[in-house]
Amino acid sequence: MTATRLAHGGNIDRQKPITFTWNGRVMTGFAGDTVASALLANGVRIIGRSFKYHRPRGIMAAGADEPNALVDLTHGVRHEPNARATTVLLEDGMQISVIQGWPNVDWDIFGVLDLFHRFLPAGFYYKSFFKPNWGFYENAIRRMAGLGRAKTSADRRKFDARVDHCDVLIIGGGMAGICAARAAISAGLNTILVEDRPHLGGRLNWCGRVIDGMPADQWAQQIASDLNCRVLTNAVAFGYYDHNLIGVMETVQTSDPDCGDARLWQIRARHVVLATGAFERPLLFADNDRPGVMLADAALCYVRHYGVLVGDRIVIATNNDSGYESAIGLAQAGAEVTVVDIRPIAGGIQQRAEMVGVRVLPSARVIKAIGRTAVTAVDIRTNRGSHIRIDADILASSGGWSPAVHLFSQSGGKLRWDDGTLTFVPDQSPQAVRVIGAANGTFDPAASMSEAIAAINAIAPEKVSWSLPALSQTEKSVAIEALWQDPDIIGRQWVDFQNDVTFKDIALAASENYVSVEHLKRYTTLGMATDQGKTSNVIGLAIMAQLTGREIPAVGTTTFRPPFVPVSLGAMAGSRFGPLHSPLHQLPAHQSHQKLGAEFREYGGWWRPAFYPRNSEDAFATIQREAKAVRAGVGLLDASSLGKIAVRGKDAAEFLNLIYYNELAKLKTGRLRYCFLLRETGVVYDDGVVARLADDHYLLSPSSSHTKGVLDQLELWHQTEYPSMQVSFHNLTSAYATISIAGPQSRTLLARMESGIDLSDQALPHMSLTHGTMMGHKVQLARVSFTGERAYELTMPAGQGRTFWEHLMNLGQDLGITPIGIESLSLLRAEKGYILIGTDTDGLTLPVDLGMAGPLTAKKVDFVGKRSLLTPDAMRPDRRQLIGLRPTDDQFVPAVGSHAILQVDGTRRSIGWITSSAFSPHLNHTICLAMIEGGRGLVEANAHVTIFDRGKTTTARAVEACFFDQQGVRLNG
Amino acid sequence: MLIIPCPWCGPRAEQEFHFAGEPKARPVPAEQVSDQTWAHYLYHRSNEKGAHRELWSHAHGCGRWFVMERDTHTHQILSTKAPA
Repeated sequence: MTATRLAHGGNIDRQKPITFTWNGRVMTGFAGDTVASALLANGVRIIGRSFKYHRPRGIMAAGADEPNALVDLTHGVRHEPNARATTVLLEDGMQISVIQGWPNVDWDIFGVLDLFHRFLPAGFYYKSFFKPNWGFYENAIRRMAGLGRAKTSADRRKFDARVDHCDVLIIGGGMAGICAARAAISAGLNTILVEDRPHLGGRLNWCGRVIDGMPADQWAQQIASDLNCRVLTNAVAFGYYDHNLIGVMETVQTSDPDCGDARLWQIRARHVVLATGAFERPLLFADNDRPGVMLADAALCYVRHYGVLVGDRIVIATNNDSGYESAIGLAQAGAEVTVVDIRPIAGGIQQRAEMVGVRVLPSARVIKAIGRTAVTAVDIRTNRGSHIRIDADILASSGGWSPAVHLFSQSGGKLRWDDGTLTFVPDQSPQAVRVIGAANGTFDPAASMSEAIAAINAIAPEKVSWSLPALSQTEKSVAIEALWQDPDIIGRQWVDFQNDVTFKDIALAASENYVSVEHLKRYTTLGMATDQGKTSNVIGLAIMAQLTGREIPAVGTTTFRPPFVPVSLGAMAGSRFGPLHSPLHQLPAHQSHQKLGAEFREYGGWWRPAFYPRNSEDAFATIQREAKAVRAGVGLLDASSLGKIAVRGKDAAEFLNLIYYNELAKLKTGRLRYCFLLRETGVVYDDGVVARLADDHYLLSPSSSHTKGVLDQLELWHQTEYPSMQVSFHNLTSAYATISIAGPQSRTLLARMESGIDLSDQALPHMSLTHGTMMGHKVQLARVSFTGERAYELTMPAGQGRTFWEHLMNLGQDLGITPIGIESLSLLRAEKGYILIGTDTDGLTLPVDLGMAGPLTAKKVDFVGKRSLLTPDAMRPDRRQLIGLRPTDDQFVPAVGSHAILQVDGTRRSIGWITSSAFSPHLNHTICLAMIEGGRGLVEANAHVTIFDRGKTTTARAVEACFFDQQGVRLNG
Repeated sequence: MLIIPCPWCGPRAEQEFHFAGEPKARPVPAEQVSDQTWAHYLYHRSNEKGAHRELWSHAHGCGRWFVMERDTHTHQILSTKAPA
């Protein structure tokens, strides 16, 4: 016998059939079905194979707690490798298939693993697969175990994201949640209600109770229909973050192939009310993972909410009254139901159950499920101690309820064990959160409603004008009786179904002294699957307590972390992927570079030309050609990304002198100085040229990627340490474009710009600047070089960048003008030994290591980082120092990062590394810059060092860190 | 994500701010303090559990730096004020 769809009843629309496939077989469900309810209605019993032992598994739950029913789901462009069948709404055309099992789910060849289970205990990985190493086994094991496979192709869908805020956010639209929402609305609070199912009402939709004289489901729908607040259904609150920020993932149905099926909400709430309900716990007995073993409330949910009767001979094992609620619903739908209660007597509900034909076995317990691929019978120990076997096709169990405290715990809240209900309940949280109803361990409906009102009353005292509905007379109940694991039961009993953790594994952990909850979890993987142990955590803890003779609270709980349910990465990313992930700055003349065929790369957040290949030139040839063109004629580099920070004010000179390593107060107007900016640790943070435009006006040029950081440093020092100084800072970087014109022909080219600026070396020597007008625009012309050639930086309004660039390119054609990218610039500057911060330096490099010791002795005033340069460590003679290296093999270019090594006692010891390396087309040999211990001494001794590059060793001579034009003849003209 | 009350702009989301650690008084005159005092200034942080003073800047807002007192355990913000 399999499950059947009833002719009527349930929250499905029988007028709207839906076609889908299961492992290629065409099936039909109805609008309102979940994937799980539709599969059950179509007679599917085995929905997958277990993670480790490949045992056949069936659907166990009806919500987010489902551990077994993970399926592969394809729907148009949407693909989810591990969709939880119990929470995904069925849509027309869905292709659903198993994620485990080969050749098929009904007959899985790896099922043989189950026979060897005694050799696969908890921690068998650590005990078995260490010789020769784990990698030897990894591939084979990962193929056998594991979950579904993600697609490797890109997901082009865009996911929506929303940000919202409210006075009170109510999470959970069950009875407590909708009562709280009604109360909050009546109090005039701006309210949002979030519910993870499509309908409000939660268990009211299937529990069969009566409220205000009407069936609970109708009452819930009536309340829901006039909730005058924002209500998000199909929306699961997955994360509770600081200061009441809640992450919510809303599932959206869409036929647009470019639109994602989920929407991420960030909701900031003044107050959060958690009405997240509770998860039913299963009871343990032998072979409790057989298809057909399920949770009692899930069986009730399927029959009342989806019109699917899961079986016709049903045994319900229980230790509390709620098992009878399920028994009544199932018996009313026509099943033959037997309740096996461990207690001698149940509450008033027992009588009602017996009235609808339910058979009750008191003081009895289920000890084993019979049947391999489906339950066929149940072994029971009766109150007289005898064993009987009852034929059954469904074995449902109710071991009590665990409040869904996940979000509360994420809020920073602590949990408290309640012996009366056998639950962990919320205690204190540092955030503005209140927990009501079953989530608070309050299972009585009337008490739960009162809690809802009280919570809103506490938020808005004396404002609530909504009063409680009347409940049908509550009957006498009998308390739950603890039953975690019956030591008399032999046979394998599953605790964590998704990760295949059995009672025996926990016992093994206990016997090997992994008794702390954190060890238990990691050693057995209990609760670490994607269901996060919603059905298994509390049982696992209780068993550990039982085995080690402790109280449950003494074992403790693990910390719950977001997300409460798996969240689509697409929803997390929203539209922030591809070019929008981290948008790059573009240069003002970007289109000109595109036209010239530039190959763009990212440099410090800017999308800049790396080089400009011609025809079929490769990168190496292009870079060599560009570099040669600069030294032979003139090259044009777009330097617009270079920082431009204006520093103005009466105290600008004094302030900059405190901040910069170099002397700046004495810098003459119209002159430039190359400077270091240090951290207080003395480490070089940035380098750049500083210009003095007037007595009270400087212009800084930090590295492209450090502009913001330098500005932050200036503001920080000014605002916190020197607030009385009159100085201000203005970032002008994006207001101007800068073109660097470098090479022996640079002055000739500039002269053609007809600016009237005197370009003679007397008027404009190296490291000076002037202003003028070109092409009708004010420009700044600075003579400064990063190539070692005569060079000028021409700065104009950003909007003119493209016009100037193209005009210069035209004017220089007969001079062999060549656009150059960052890569050839990097080669040219390496020939001169000019450093790049972060490339040739690191987080330990001091100015003295770079050969710039002058300012430390010459500058009398204090400055940032000065004190750190006077420590014994800063003055060690064996510090790493920047030097040049010339490999013995002229053609061999060692990789950047190759170490210089010494052989010490047969082992290699690093004495430093190569920071830049290139083949110089001008010198026709390789050049390297390197940071080497005691490097200056090696240069003076003309010594050789050994280079270790990717397994090969070679030698190189220590030389000055300047390979080209050491006298600076070309630079100064 | 915290809600931070900027002393000048009022409560704003954390992503508008930059964090710069514990404010430390710079020992002056720096050249005359001992290596030990200087090292303490550079590298030692109190790492409190509970009330803790921190430097923040409203980087994507007014650009001002301020001192915030925050409970490192509960993330409760106790005060924000202009640097002394």
